Amino acid sequence: MKRKLLAVLLSAAMICSLTACGGSADSSSADTADTTTDTATDAATDTTTDAAADTTTDAATDAAADTNADASGEGGSLTGTLKLGVVGPLTGAAALYGNAVDNGSQIAVEEINAESADFQIELNAQDDEHDAEKSVNAYNNLKDWGAQAIIGCVTTTPCVAVAAEAYADRMFMLTPSASATSVTEGNDNVFQLCFSDPNQGSASAQYIFDNKLAEKVAVIYNNADAYSTGIYQTFQAQADTLGLEVVSTTTFTDDTANDFSVQLTEAQNAGAELIFLPIYYTPASLIMKQAADMSYDVKLFGVDGMDGILSLEGFDTSLAEGVMLLTPFSADATDELTSSFVSKYESANSETPSQFAADGYDCPYAIYEALKYYAANNGGLNVDGMGYEELCDILISVFTDPAFTVDGVTGSGMTWTAAGEVNKAPKAVVIENGVYVGL
Amino acid sequence: MKKMSKSARSSFINYGIVIVFFVIFQVLSSAGKLSSSLSGQLIPICTYVVMALALNLVVGISGELSLGHAGFMSVGAFSGVVAAVSLQNSVTAAPLRLMIAIITGALLAAVTGVIIGFPVLRLQGDYLAIVTLAFGEIIKNILNCLYIGADSNGLHFSMKDGNSLNMEPGGTVIINGPMGALGIQKISTFLSAVILVLIVLFIIQNLVNSRAGRAIKAIRDNRIAAESCGLNIMKYKMMAFVVSAAMAGAAGALYALNYSTVVPKKFDFNTSILILVFVVLGGIGNLRGSIIAAAILTVLPELLRQFQDYRMLVYAIVLILVMIITNNSKAKAFIGSITGRFTKKAAVKE
Repeated sequence: MKRKLLAVLLSAAMICSLTACGGSADSSSADTADTTTDTATDAATDTTTDAAADTTTDAATDAAADTNADASGEGGSLTGTLKLGVVGPLTGAAALYGNAVDNGSQIAVEEINAESADFQIELNAQDDEHDAEKSVNAYNNLKDWGAQAIIGCVTTTPCVAVAAEAYADRMFMLTPSASATSVTEGNDNVFQLCFSDPNQGSASAQYIFDNKLAEKVAVIYNNADAYSTGIYQTFQAQADTLGLEVVSTTTFTDDTANDFSVQLTEAQNAGAELIFLPIYYTPASLIMKQAADMSYDVKLFGVDGMDGILSLEGFDTSLAEGVMLLTPFSADATDELTSSFVSKYESANSETPSQFAADGYDCPYAIYEALKYYAANNGGLNVDGMGYEELCDILISVFTDPAFTVDGVTGSGMTWTAAGEVNKAPKAVVIENGVYVGL
Repeated sequence: MKKMSKSARSSFINYGIVIVFFVIFQVLSSAGKLSSSLSGQLIPICTYVVMALALNLVVGISGELSLGHAGFMSVGAFSGVVAAVSLQNSVTAAPLRLMIAIITGALLAAVTGVIIGFPVLRLQGDYLAIVTLAFGEIIKNILNCLYIGADSNGLHFSMKDGNSLNMEPGGTVIINGPMGALGIQKISTFLSAVILVLIVLFIIQNLVNSRAGRAIKAIRDNRIAAESCGLNIMKYKMMAFVVSAAMAGAAGALYALNYSTVVPKKFDFNTSILILVFVVLGGIGNLRGSIIAAAILTVLPELLRQFQDYRMLVYAIVLILVMIITNNSKAKAFIGSITGRFTKKAAVKE
């Protein structure tokens, strides 16, 4: 009898604790909302927003002029408060990427909120620990909060899982950095702000071939990682088409990312002059160290995962001298937009923004521009209390509109295909004296 | 009620808890009162409950330690996905397809369980822990190199890369190495998940209360005494271990078919330990404890989202507190006095 009662009591306690979740989520999100608006008003005094504001309004007016035929809505204004959710790894092994995107998007939202009091953005970032299950949980949490569109996910595998949920729900998603094609495949509501993996792999092969960087190329990639394997496969395919000779292909996994002497020796014995590293910067830093230790003087070529290597703690940046990487963003670019973003990011986070931060910065702007574009063509738009399904249709129609372009820090004149992939020019940079220099 | 044996009553309470859990959430969700955060977690909760029950059979009932149960889960997950995708056109009814996938996952996981258990369970000591630990890592690495595709000629396998599957142009790649299975149709439902929990509970409770179950427990308590009574140690240990592996496989298939993607990396050592935590905190050998611990500890990290950056810290503190309280004699006495009062009141009412 006692056990039975205890069981009833426990199950009741369990149910109470579960249902409590629904209620408490609301109050906590209200808190976060408050803080975001607070910081936004603080930023209103900041005068450096001009650069961003100018270019964006120009783009919008240009675009609006293009579709002048739609006369009914000239000069329509955008009003209301948009709730934007961010899903990314804020803790765990990939936390650097998630936090960079979060910080970058916060700066963009502060700038947008400072532009006009009529249109405000509330931002809420949720942690997914770079795990598909947690990511779907984070997404559902944001849905409960009332998110109207999602910036995310930051990493590929969680993004595929969340994209399927968002597709079923009709929630618009703009991913700053999930680069696999499987993210956008079959999901008309998901758009990428970064290059897709096939683009990165083939663009790297093309770049190496066109600039005659090397005759013999070696590849070291992580065969336990979707991102790394995806880029390798397209790199190899493009290299075969171009006739670029890949003399050594070696792999590692996350568990064996402590020693690369075997892979480096094989590359050296095969006479490779350049090693292509479609991997993240932590193992890459070890490869540089070991290559230097065995005095193997080789060119190293990375992709966007290599970005961030210079801010890695305890890393001797002199080892990265001469490393080339393909990235859409370099923090030392001199244009007004980039330098304003970099200085703000540095003062807020005391580190140089990585490409992920730049992607995160561009995402809210892309959505903001899209809404402004729609408002201008359709006689205004009030996003207050608008359902995410309705907003999703609006954003899809704008993003797939060829006349819609966005100028951001990761590229100017960005357009999107109906498949959700972005069109922008890749930039190659080389590390000289501890900073990126454009090639 | 009074004629029922103590164990049968306890079993029925367990079914009752699961059914009440199902009914309450079904009513809440049809009334639209359920947050999407929670409704998205119902199937993972059921999966982890099944995993915890399965592991409890090995750790609690048969007294062996398995540190690689996520490995069995991944075998079930990927074989279940392959079964579900390859039957997509021939079996149109989603529940039937889900059932076939779960059974396939359970069978393949059982086969791997036999392969692991056959040599290892003959040994005395902690060898099972060591071997299952290695098994979990091996299966993860094998799946990282495994490519499976399907076209009109049937299934194609490769250990090299996706291009060497030699498929017809219209074929689909089901498992793409480290990218895992992509584009899975979501066919798991809350109802099917609860049914799986009930079936697993039914099998384990009947096994534990049967002659074989008593033999398994006897071997756990005193191997030499059990052997001297003529019990076949190997047979009974295999029985518990293989049943447990099959259930983990079924849970894996259910889990994988709830998400549109599943990667081998998910089923690593951390997942194995997470399930062991459910079992240990719920009470080793205590099935009801496993159910409740798995459900609460799956939801807890989501409830703690309001703590933002300190979320996992709070989670760890909660785990430590639960461990301390459940092992503290004073705390136990306090809980006992509260429940004792309730029991007395109930007795007076009756």
